[in-house]
Amino acid sequence: MDLSWLIVAVLVLGVVGFIAARQRAIASADGDIRTLHSRPNYYGYATFIFTAVPGLLLLCIWLIVQPTYVSSVVIGSLPEELQADSDAAGLAMADVRRVAQGFEAAVDQGVMTPEQVDGLRADLTLVRQRLADAGVAVGSEVEQFTVDAARVMRSLNARFDLIRTITVLLVALGGLALSYLRISPQLRARNITEKAVEYILIAASTIAILTTVGIVMSMLIETRNFFGIYPASEFFFGLTWAPSFGGGSELGILPLLWGTFYISVIALSVAVPIGLFAAIYLAEYASPRFRSIAKPALEVLAGIPTIVYGLFALVTVGPFLVSVFGNDGLGWMGGGRSVVTAGVVMGVMLIPFVSSLSDDIINAVPQAMRDGSLGLGATKSETIRQVVIPAALPGIIGAILLAASRAIGETMIVVMGAGAAARLSLNPFDAMTTVTAKIVSQLTGDADFASPEALVAFALGMTLFVVTLALNVFALYIVRRYREQYE
Amino acid sequence: MTDATAEGGATPQRSSLLDLDERTKKRNAAEQRFKAYGIGAIAIGVIALLFLLVTIVFNGVSAFQQTFVTVEIELLEERLDPEGNRNPDEMRRVTTFGYNPLLEAAVANKIEALGLETELSGGALRALLSGGSASQMRDAVLADPDLVGQTVEFRFLASSRVDGYMKGRVTAETVERDRNFTPAHLELAVAMVERGTIEKRFNMAFITGADASDNRPEQAGIGVSMIGSFFMMLVVLGLSLPIGVAASIYLEEFAPQNRFTDLIEVNISNLAAVPSIVFGILGLAIFIQFAHLPQSAPLVGGLVLTLMTLPTIIISTRASLKSVPPSIRAAALGLGASKMQAVFHHVLPLAMPGILTGTIIGLAQALGETAPLLLIGMVGFIASNYPDGVASGFLDPNSGMPAQIFEWAKRADPAFYERAWGGIIILLAFMLTMNILAIILRRRFERRW
Repeated sequence: MDLSWLIVAVLVLGVVGFIAARQRAIASADGDIRTLHSRPNYYGYATFIFTAVPGLLLLCIWLIVQPTYVSSVVIGSLPEELQADSDAAGLAMADVRRVAQGFEAAVDQGVMTPEQVDGLRADLTLVRQRLADAGVAVGSEVEQFTVDAARVMRSLNARFDLIRTITVLLVALGGLALSYLRISPQLRARNITEKAVEYILIAASTIAILTTVGIVMSMLIETRNFFGIYPASEFFFGLTWAPSFGGGSELGILPLLWGTFYISVIALSVAVPIGLFAAIYLAEYASPRFRSIAKPALEVLAGIPTIVYGLFALVTVGPFLVSVFGNDGLGWMGGGRSVVTAGVVMGVMLIPFVSSLSDDIINAVPQAMRDGSLGLGATKSETIRQVVIPAALPGIIGAILLAASRAIGETMIVVMGAGAAARLSLNPFDAMTTVTAKIVSQLTGDADFASPEALVAFALGMTLFVVTLALNVFALYIVRRYREQYE
Repeated sequence: MTDATAEGGATPQRSSLLDLDERTKKRNAAEQRFKAYGIGAIAIGVIALLFLLVTIVFNGVSAFQQTFVTVEIELLEERLDPEGNRNPDEMRRVTTFGYNPLLEAAVANKIEALGLETELSGGALRALLSGGSASQMRDAVLADPDLVGQTVEFRFLASSRVDGYMKGRVTAETVERDRNFTPAHLELAVAMVERGTIEKRFNMAFITGADASDNRPEQAGIGVSMIGSFFMMLVVLGLSLPIGVAASIYLEEFAPQNRFTDLIEVNISNLAAVPSIVFGILGLAIFIQFAHLPQSAPLVGGLVLTLMTLPTIIISTRASLKSVPPSIRAAALGLGASKMQAVFHHVLPLAMPGILTGTIIGLAQALGETAPLLLIGMVGFIASNYPDGVASGFLDPNSGMPAQIFEWAKRADPAFYERAWGGIIILLAFMLTMNILAIILRRRFERRW
């Protein structure tokens, strides 16, 4: 049975269980539902949960285990010399999978009969042609052992699929029968249901942890693979970034880190003064009416997708800067893509990140501190500079750090505005590149995933993750500490 | 002694409080300056926003208009249907190359009928039209074989150079450097514009169409990637709303204060600040390389964006659950409801407008995200086929609107920049609609306690 139909069948069983259990509960109370422990629907829910959840859980586990087991059996059926080399075995398995998939499609579409598949010999038939007829493209002509392995895989999968369908349905039916038979007026159906729902809620909230674990694990494993073929010391301390897909790449992270740092510094030097002064004005001077217009208007800047800023940098800001600083003007700038281009545009994007959070923080400074200062004769600006800002400083630093982590992780603006050349230079009008831009360029090509040129992206990602995480944790810690101070 | 001090020259000559001394004037000036900095900062921000919006509209509006050429074509039977039995299967054997001579003849006739003279002839005339014109003709003929033998009026897309001239992108100087499009072409096009054969019209195909190859910018549309984005948003909505709400309910209403809960909370606030590209790496490693889900599928894109949006949704959902006053829970508990019943029957419905507002804003954010899509292979140029149905919409390779825009921005022909800005207008229109919807929801349903 098809997977989606199996899921539908389990759910239908659950609904049947719900209706039947509800009826039985009412019947067991002789129609007087006041004698039931819980309202009739809870008996239904409890049965639904006991029917659907075990079945679907089993199905999930099965879906993970079956492919692993089947491929381990199929690998065992491949020729010995292939098994010895794990790379070759992996490639062969990919072929086997495609051929097996092709057989499936061919039989489904009636291009081949199941008997033809079983009697197929690679040396006599053009397997590739047959599979292409069924709409599955196979890279090269197929060897006999691939066909055999694909056949083994197909028959194993067919057998396991059948067992899976039967087992899952049996488990679901068993759950249904068990909970149906248990129904009596004394059964505490509501408590059972609520306990089950609570577990579902807990499961949902652990997804956040699973995501973090997934991020760390996926990058850690690939990073380890990368350091297996490329020395870690050269990655962290190398001064040259020159990937070449033919091999012999130099993959030093320092030029990328420098580009990231330089662009972030320029972005922050745009965003911090503007954002901070905007926040001060909004919090201390603005009338409520002005505030209600200006604050959302600034926040729109944060809602605009980064691709828009990227295009803005590429098409508008870059050429404008070239016309001023380029060869026709001051002669400092070679092309539109440069550190300044990306930095300025990113700075505009970061203004609301600085202003919104700083605004909240300045507002949280107790009014009594302002009143004290004003009462001693200070002007409003003196109060702000000498009392409010020092009091709010830790929080403002937290806001700036959050903006910095945003700047370091920003991708599209630097991909489109900063250029692709990795270089260590002090000239802000040079094109440079960043960690994020290189992750994109190393992983979007046709590179082999096992090559150091592709794997380096995971090491870059890991570096990026660690740096931004550290910044975030530190910033959130400061902001939280600060909030507690005045509460 | 008192006299001495009175006679000393150092006595301040304070005549009136209304006359400001130097120092006060300085302090007041500093006050004014400080205030001006604040206004200046806000002005810079707002001007940047306005400049951005004006740039988008100014550059993008022209993408919604396209130049068309109207030509009457005699569909000769001996060329298109040699057998003469109007059987589409046999007519399919005539490729677009078979249609080209008819097209050239028709354009030449048109020029003659308009009373124009040109040195151009034959294949060179086709440079006025889009490269897809012959296949447009072929599709029309195959769809309705009875057209063969008649003279039919076709409206073709003009080539991107003609279109560029109409929109001011192409001028006599740039044409000088062009290989396929000569000044003679431009002269001819100008004359045809004057006679109304070439005209600009609204271009629906930009909104509904598929991406086109590098040398046919006039054909490119954002429609297919819009469908890709739509399916991704379905996945994000279908997963992140229930999971986000469930997680928030647990953390806000049930979770005991312990290490485990703290761990979850720290995790959520950190995930909200993880760069989006890291989620792309996660999607590539887990969903594609480990779980073998199809590459470039909107399903995978949706899963990645779900993980990315979840923290946003959880944070806003918790805030709206928190804003429901405890008296509601107390009243429900007092009437004998269990804790679960109090939450699901009373607190959740009251928090719903806030939750939906947060979800819509999260979706709008996910809609504009580009970087993770690039890593899982949802790059722009694969958005060239419409999905056949719901399943293929989720599983077949497609792209998303932002990735499509990025693809256009990367291409060499400046005609694609116009498409990119136009695509941004559509993307922003969607995001604006979603945000307005969120604001309306909040205004209309949110209760202040």
